[in-house]
Amino acid sequence: MSAIQPPAEIVWWKQPLDRVEGTWIAIALTWSLIMFFMMPFWHIYGKQNLSNEAYRTTPQAFLAKTQAMVDEYTVRTETAANLPVVRPPPGSDVYLVGRLWQWWPLLEFEKGQTYRLHISSMDWQHGFSLQPVNINTQILPGYEMVLTVTPDTSGEQTIICNEFCGIGHHTMLGKIYVTEGGQ
Amino acid sequence: MSAELFRTCPESGLQFHKPAERLMKAHAVASIVFLLIGGVGALLVTLTRWPAVHLLPADRFYQLLTMHGVDMLIFWLITFEIAVLYFCSSTLLKCRLATPKIAWLGFALMMIGMVVNNLAVMNGDASVMMTSYVPMPANPNFYLGLILFAVGALIGCFVFLGTLVIAKEEKTYEGSIPLVTFGALTACIIAVFTIASGAIILIPTYLWSIGYINHIDPAMYRLIWWALGHSSQQINVAAHVAVWYAIAAIVFGARPLSEKVSRTAFFLYIAFLQLASAHHLLVDPGLSSEWKIFNTSYAMYLAVLASMVHGLTVPGSIEVAQRAKGLTNGLFEWLRKAPWSNPIFSGMFISLVGFGFIGGISGVIMGTEQINIIIHNTIYVPGHFHATVVIGTTLAFMSLTYFLIPTLFRKQVMFPGLVKWQPYLFGFGMAVFTLAMMGAGTLGVERRHWDMAFTDSMLGFDYPASAYTFMGIVGISGTAAVIGGAIFVLVTVLSVFFGKPVDSESAWGFTTSRVLRAEPIVVPEGGHAAAGKWGFAAPGTFLLAIFFLVIFVIYYVINWKYLASVWPIS
Amino acid sequence: MNDQSSQDEIVRIPIMQRMLDNPFLLLFIGVVFPAVFYIIWGIMEIVTIPIAN
Ligand code: HEM
Ligand SMILES: [Cu+2]
Ligand SMILES: [Cu+2]
Repeated sequence: MSAIQPPAEIVWWKQPLDRVEGTWIAIALTWSLIMFFMMPFWHIYGKQNLSNEAYRTTPQAFLAKTQAMVDEYTVRTETAANLPVVRPPPGSDVYLVGRLWQWWPLLEFEKGQTYRLHISSMDWQHGFSLQPVNINTQILPGYEMVLTVTPDTSGEQTIICNEFCGIGHHTMLGKIYVTEGGQ
Repeated sequence: MSAELFRTCPESGLQFHKPAERLMKAHAVASIVFLLIGGVGALLVTLTRWPAVHLLPADRFYQLLTMHGVDMLIFWLITFEIAVLYFCSSTLLKCRLATPKIAWLGFALMMIGMVVNNLAVMNGDASVMMTSYVPMPANPNFYLGLILFAVGALIGCFVFLGTLVIAKEEKTYEGSIPLVTFGALTACIIAVFTIASGAIILIPTYLWSIGYINHIDPAMYRLIWWALGHSSQQINVAAHVAVWYAIAAIVFGARPLSEKVSRTAFFLYIAFLQLASAHHLLVDPGLSSEWKIFNTSYAMYLAVLASMVHGLTVPGSIEVAQRAKGLTNGLFEWLRKAPWSNPIFSGMFISLVGFGFIGGISGVIMGTEQINIIIHNTIYVPGHFHATVVIGTTLAFMSLTYFLIPTLFRKQVMFPGLVKWQPYLFGFGMAVFTLAMMGAGTLGVERRHWDMAFTDSMLGFDYPASAYTFMGIVGISGTAAVIGGAIFVLVTVLSVFFGKPVDSESAWGFTTSRVLRAEPIVVPEGGHAAAGKWGFAAPGTFLLAIFFLVIFVIYYVINWKYLASVWPIS
Repeated sequence: MNDQSSQDEIVRIPIMQRMLDNPFLLLFIGVVFPAVFYIIWGIMEIVTIPIAN
């Protein structure tokens, strides 16, 4: 009987498998397990893992911490809007605000150093997409995400918003400049 | 069982319960209207993402993208799926449909919901994308429309389950339900979970939008919304796999290689497929890696295993049926001599290959916890899911429609010469479209983004020239696919409303359909394996499956290598 | 009719097949599994996120 008719046998569970099915199931199961164990393996041996460190926060509290950092470590301003460029000390906690429609402030890191980058949103959901290195995470209001990053290439990286956040979404950019070490 | 309530299709032998038949027709026609509306959106959106054309202004683009997403993903697919559920229960079990009146109520709710939602989007204050992430507000009618639609669809699911109960009680079949009905049951179960999750999240969101609740937690919203948003893709997977089995049976009289394996694979879908809603939350704050790994991998990729099994058994059953007919030369005579000019078959086969090779592989890879870091919310994501829901589900449903026009609507398919080419234009157009999107996504081009050149931004950014080339290919191939889709809508609507009635068998449609009249497949001496090779009943299919696996493994490794080149993060 | 049901009793249907033939058991599994592993576990993760200092 074909697949649109009831099975011919009343007891079909005992039908023997064809060899082609058995072989393929064994191969596919093996591959599935390899893919599964690859994820914990990468947590141990790989270098690109989200720690999933996160905190509950409020836009006001987060903005206050960011402002304190900006006041202390701004090194210059850029563009007609005088956006601050902040150069925090290596190893420190760095704060980045996502809001309609900018990533604030601009940041300057040193190559090879590690930073604890805290990111949160002041309003709607945003997407943190660092290009061209290509790191993407989701940013929510009320939650503070911590990424511990170690830039290993120097030059200019752009933060693009990759979660739709209203009519100005496609203008929402930010920058992370990475300088060569020892400067 | 009064006889006048049933009609037997003289050509196919299928038996239709008339009230169920009317419901199927209504759902099928309505779903195609949504496909048409969504398709207009597809064209305009594609022409905007094509950098050289950049057709719409930003606000229109986001508005139409919202409309395209909702009308296609929710309204077109789910409405058609309800028709499939009724077909697989009432028609395949030769049973009266449970409570047709209530089923009509469900249909009415779906229609009202669809209109209310679309009017809200048209109004311009609901351009929030289908995901409507809080706290970005939309016109309350946007949520209300979705809720009404969901309630209607849920009614359809219960009518399906009720019909299964009646069929069992009235003993309209013996033993177990057909495999295809079992696949539909899988889709229905997933739909119940999906719709329940949708209600849990959309009802409070609706109340929030009209001011009765003052806060919806965005992390919670995403968690539960994706139990709706992603699981509804799993309804599609279960439904289109059932349609593949059905078409293999309809065109070739194929029988499943083994009921046990195919049904167990569907069972793995029921138990594990829905966990993959976690795919969307892999880079969200606050969820642990344990939760992410367990859920994103469907508990150790058991649902991927199931898909790989269906990917073998569907073509495998076709191969066995073809070999039994004497097409035993070499490994691939059965495939070469398949009815490639019959769109019911060609569409189904392109759907299967496209879903597996493009949609399946990319989906598993971007659903890997760490690899998602380089893919989340780039245009790679729509690249992946157009391969699953468009090449996979939509094309499978189109193929089934070419069978339903003569059997259900009793009309001849118009322009058969054109229709022969439709699956190729649509399928290959979409294949190029999805691959180009994945290429652009790999270069970091974002999804849901009006301007990849960032001209209005204070701080600029330049994508490499190749990203623009990819997006240009997206525009061209997308337009080709839209033409393929338009042919389908046109032919279906013209045939159903203005087509010549089916009168004689010769005019019935695409000739290879045998359905219930199928001559039983003669089992050769020594079992099916004797017609195959290496003791395998379907050696050609096995070779194709191995080829698939090789590509899968290579691409998987490439992606880990790419990830390893990214800045260290922990 | 009676034939059929008495036949069911004579032919012992394996337990796995009985499970797959029972739509409501499957419905139960299909709703409870994701509700527990995905939704409830996920909600627990979200509500236990600590407050920033
Ligand atoms: C010829 C047919 C189609 C073309 C050319 C097309 C094109 C597109 C394009 C260009 C996008 C926008 C990508 C972006 O900027 O993020 C898109 C999004 C989308 N499409 Fe299609 N599409 C087609 C058919 C379909 C079908 C049949 C479905 C569903 C069954 C579908 C579902 C979606 C969804 C869900 C989105 C995402 C919307 C969002 O981001 O909220 N599309 N499509
Ligand atoms: Cu944004
Ligand atoms: Cu945005």
